Amino acid sequence: MRITQGCFSFLPDLTDEQISKQVQYCLANGWAVNIEFTDDPHPRNNFWEMWGLPMFDLRDAAGVLMELTECRKVYGDRYIRLSAFDSSHGWESVRLSFIVNRPKEEPGFRLERHEVEGRNIRYTTKSYAVDRPEGQRYGGS
Amino acid sequence: MVDSAGDAPPATQVDLRREFDEVGIGEVLDQLDRELIGLKPVKTRIREIASLLLIERIRKRMDLASGNPTLHMSFTGNPGTGKTTVALRIASILHKLGFVRRGQVVSVTRDELVGQYIGHTAPKTKEILKKAMGGVLFIDEAYYLHRPDNERDYGQEAIEILLQVMESQREDLVVILAGYGDRMDKFFGSNPGFRSRIAHHIDFPDYADDELLAISELMLGDMNYKFSADARAAFVRYIALRKTQPLFSNARSIRNALDRMRLRQANRLVADLDRVLSVDDIMSLEASDVLASRVFSNGSGG
Repeated sequence: MRITQGCFSFLPDLTDEQISKQVQYCLANGWAVNIEFTDDPHPRNNFWEMWGLPMFDLRDAAGVLMELTECRKVYGDRYIRLSAFDSSHGWESVRLSFIVNRPKEEPGFRLERHEVEGRNIRYTTKSYAVDRPEGQRYGGS
Repeated sequence: MVDSAGDAPPATQVDLRREFDEVGIGEVLDQLDRELIGLKPVKTRIREIASLLLIERIRKRMDLASGNPTLHMSFTGNPGTGKTTVALRIASILHKLGFVRRGQVVSVTRDELVGQYIGHTAPKTKEILKKAMGGVLFIDEAYYLHRPDNERDYGQEAIEILLQVMESQREDLVVILAGYGDRMDKFFGSNPGFRSRIAHHIDFPDYADDELLAISELMLGDMNYKFSADARAAFVRYIALRKTQPLFSNARSIRNALDRMRLRQANRLVADLDRVLSVDDIMSLEASDVLASRVFSNGSGG
């Protein structure tokens, strides 16, 4: 099951050229672009690991693409996303975020029913991937 | 590079003059001629590079692709011969011709590239490289990157990263190394990889006396000052004397000298409070402002 989080996630995967144009748009707006990765695709998992520091003061997307290539080399089997942080007063938050890399196989989620008092049922979603320990979830290193 | 030529058939004829005007490079070169005094070999080389880039641009339009030329450069020359100034101009020329996308210049020295402990250098160097992407990375006094006396020096790590990026991302980044001639030769001697990756080695000659005078008048003009006739004559003598003294650094010494003359002029004007000053008084440097320099009393001015 293809997960859909952030911008553009209902579109086919962006090519590097398209990614580069999006990044250039972010830089032109003065946002700092960050690279983040995870192998826990749960939608409530807000805190992905950062690849390096946020990239402030860049002028050209090539710098971000360079880091992304590095990150893909190491974590090519995980989800990688780019997020653009707007540091201007009043915003101080992420303005744009999109996935740029995903595992080959995405096993998806299962619905778990939890019977509680009075035979009530609580529902929760769980990713099949997280049944395995971190780092081995998508058959990778 | 020529986006509009996307799927149009390759051009068979190109109006060179129009192309030249369109790029606006003549203006940059003229400005270079106007604002940079002397430096004949440098200007010739820049003209050559600019012509090559223009032709390359046209070739691309005619579908005669030959790959982007290597544009990494090394500037060697004595202190104050204008290396940094020229680097800024080069960036704008390359930008006008579309060979660098943004045209910013990131100017760094060893401190900004090399870290202080293991594992600190690579992220630091990469950070700078990322900032310079799409523009020009100007490494001043590049020979400090290599410390031959200490084989564990982290400079080597920075050099390796630089070399790798210079090779693999030639279209994203132009690297300019600058430094004093003899030390750069030594630096290239111990890093042959650097030498071969740099296509343009440009040597900046020292300025002649009359060029230094022209530079000083240009600087004064920018600051809205001028020499009186006596002061000019005195300054000619000053230049000749200053050149024979140690620690002379060409245009930089001239600028320092001018700054000190402004101080003396201000002091002279303030010394006599009971007079009405004209614009001319305020603007002129007199011979006495020049002659009070320590250079004439055989001291060592800076």
